[in-house]
Amino acid sequence: MLKFIAKRLLWMIPSLFAVSFLAFVLIQLPPGDYVTTYIATLAASNEIVDQNTAASLRERFGLGDPLMIQYFKWIWGILSRGDFGISFEWQQPVSGLIWERMALTLVLAVASLIATWAIALPIGVYSAVRKYSIGDYMFTAFSFFGLSVPSFLLALVLMYVAAVQFGQNVGGLFSPEYETASWSIAKMFDLMTHLWLPVIILAVSSTASLIRVMRANMLDELPKPYVTTARAKGLSEFRLLIKYPMRIALNPFISTIAWLLPNLISGSVVVAIVLNLPTAAPLLLQALMAQDMYLAGAFVLLICALTLIGSLISDILLALVDPRIRLE
Amino acid sequence: MVDISAVNIQPDRAAVASQWQLIWWAFKRHRLAMIALFVTIAMYIVALVPGFFAINDPVLQNARTTFHPPQRVHLIDTTNGLSIGLHYYPLKLTRDPQTLATIYTEDTSRKIPIRLFGRGYEYSVLGLFDTNIHLIATTDPSRPLFLFGADRLGRDVYSRVVQGAQISLSIGLVGVFISLLLGVVLGGISGYYGGRIDFVLQRVIDFVLSLPTIPIWLAMAAALPQGWPATVQYMMITIILSLTGWAQLARVVRGRFLSLRTEEFVAAARLDGVSEGRIIFRHMLPSFSSHIIASVTLAVPAMILAETSLSFLGLGLQPPTISWGVLLREAQNIRSIATAPWLFMSGAAVVIAVMALNLLGDGLRDAADPYNK
Repeated sequence: MLKFIAKRLLWMIPSLFAVSFLAFVLIQLPPGDYVTTYIATLAASNEIVDQNTAASLRERFGLGDPLMIQYFKWIWGILSRGDFGISFEWQQPVSGLIWERMALTLVLAVASLIATWAIALPIGVYSAVRKYSIGDYMFTAFSFFGLSVPSFLLALVLMYVAAVQFGQNVGGLFSPEYETASWSIAKMFDLMTHLWLPVIILAVSSTASLIRVMRANMLDELPKPYVTTARAKGLSEFRLLIKYPMRIALNPFISTIAWLLPNLISGSVVVAIVLNLPTAAPLLLQALMAQDMYLAGAFVLLICALTLIGSLISDILLALVDPRIRLE
Repeated sequence: MVDISAVNIQPDRAAVASQWQLIWWAFKRHRLAMIALFVTIAMYIVALVPGFFAINDPVLQNARTTFHPPQRVHLIDTTNGLSIGLHYYPLKLTRDPQTLATIYTEDTSRKIPIRLFGRGYEYSVLGLFDTNIHLIATTDPSRPLFLFGADRLGRDVYSRVVQGAQISLSIGLVGVFISLLLGVVLGGISGYYGGRIDFVLQRVIDFVLSLPTIPIWLAMAAALPQGWPATVQYMMITIILSLTGWAQLARVVRGRFLSLRTEEFVAAARLDGVSEGRIIFRHMLPSFSSHIIASVTLAVPAMILAETSLSFLGLGLQPPTISWGVLLREAQNIRSIATAPWLFMSGAAVVIAVMALNLLGDGLRDAADPYNK
């Protein structure tokens, strides 16, 4: 088991490097750089920037170096000092801008993951046990619907209903009075009262596919002889379900975390932008638009790293419950 | 073996039926999937000639019809005795004397008949020829019919949704086609040769699958220059979407190749001295093409959703290009959807298209293997 985890952890290192390089190349792709954008903005307000100022700006931000040098400088700063570079737009270190937003992104993703499992697990089991019942058809219909609605559309519709029918503004994660306040019990509570809406929106689409997975797994297990044996021995139907077929059906379920987490995080990007949540997404979008490359790069890198860690956790969990995997 | 009772066909017919025949029989039993098939075909017909199904010119702006609400189409008219025929009434704008809120009422004194296959604005059919015949045409162009209302600039939402189907539905097909090429080639190499190539390609596939797609798409789409012509933009967006979409298909293809490699008919072909290319394309590929078709059908809706999300965020296709995602940008702020909830109609189109394709793919997947019942 330890060997498996060690091997898996070793694999993380090249993956993380690949991700960081990808993130860096991606944000370098746009023609021009931040200085070009900056000059264009100034020119729009009739300010003229001479060549010398532009050159000195480039010098200061190290934009003149070749790509690989810039990359190594960047990655070295992150590894040695936790320094993600400077945000051109905000004129302050990137590390000061990202951590709280990344933490909230993680909170949102984990909360959605828990909600997804909490909803999908019982419904999936129910749908399998009561196959072709009215409930099963309803949940099947729901899951196809959930798969088909883009999450941002759901967010828009819910916002519309809340605003028009109830006169409430449901955007954001905090009430105005807590937005800039430091962390306290009251602020945590305030977060909880705002978190449920994005969590539900995100959970709907992922729940839909998980219900299908769980239902199919259970249907594979239910007709097996061991279930009949347990029933013949007089085990109550509920205990029987929990104790045998569900445990086996959970296996593929756990392996879904590997794609569920990336899906949730990438889904949360659009939802967060629509609902204007103080997570990484809106700032990422803004940074991408303004070519604020160190800020955008830090976000892309951290979001990718987060999903890699998610799939690592899922692999370890899977190895824990299924001995066949760690023996391989 | 074929479970004949499940297929409900005479045994002698099932015995000589081709694989595709068996798949079709299995598929037909899936009622929801059959409905989905018809909806999908209908949508793609609309996407082929959107101009024919549109009523008003989708780019025509009109200051007088800003946020014009949807109109109803009537069939039976009883004002002057009974007469039957499609018609509608123009809406009359009045203001509430106290709140000054706009109120639209049907002006029943002016009946405007609808002509089927009548003449309207000029449009081009697939760039081949121009015509002005529409399925639904009004007889009074100065008082246009707004089935789904009008938007901020007074453009007809219905015609725009119909026009948007062309881009939105085709981007899914083109994107999946590119992913399929990548997926079949790489997955095929990986599964057929195995060994070290397989190991490396598997790591690459795992890596691509573990990436959060939307941030990556955003970053790539942000790199596209804004001023590019619409067609180039369209191609770039599809390529961006397929760069992450191929991994899923490659994994399916690889799994199939791995399991087929040890099948007897492949070994037999090899012993007969058949060349590798022929084994792959003549013997292996046909036996899992139904699975690939099912996976492809399930990948198309994901592409459509992706394009919609990107365009909605303003990083995908840009107006004046009309796609469902671009249309949904109009519904971005709460104020405009509060005044004009019908702007959600393009969202409804997305939901119907994606749901139909998902159900179709699901039915195909169930029917794809008629021998394993």
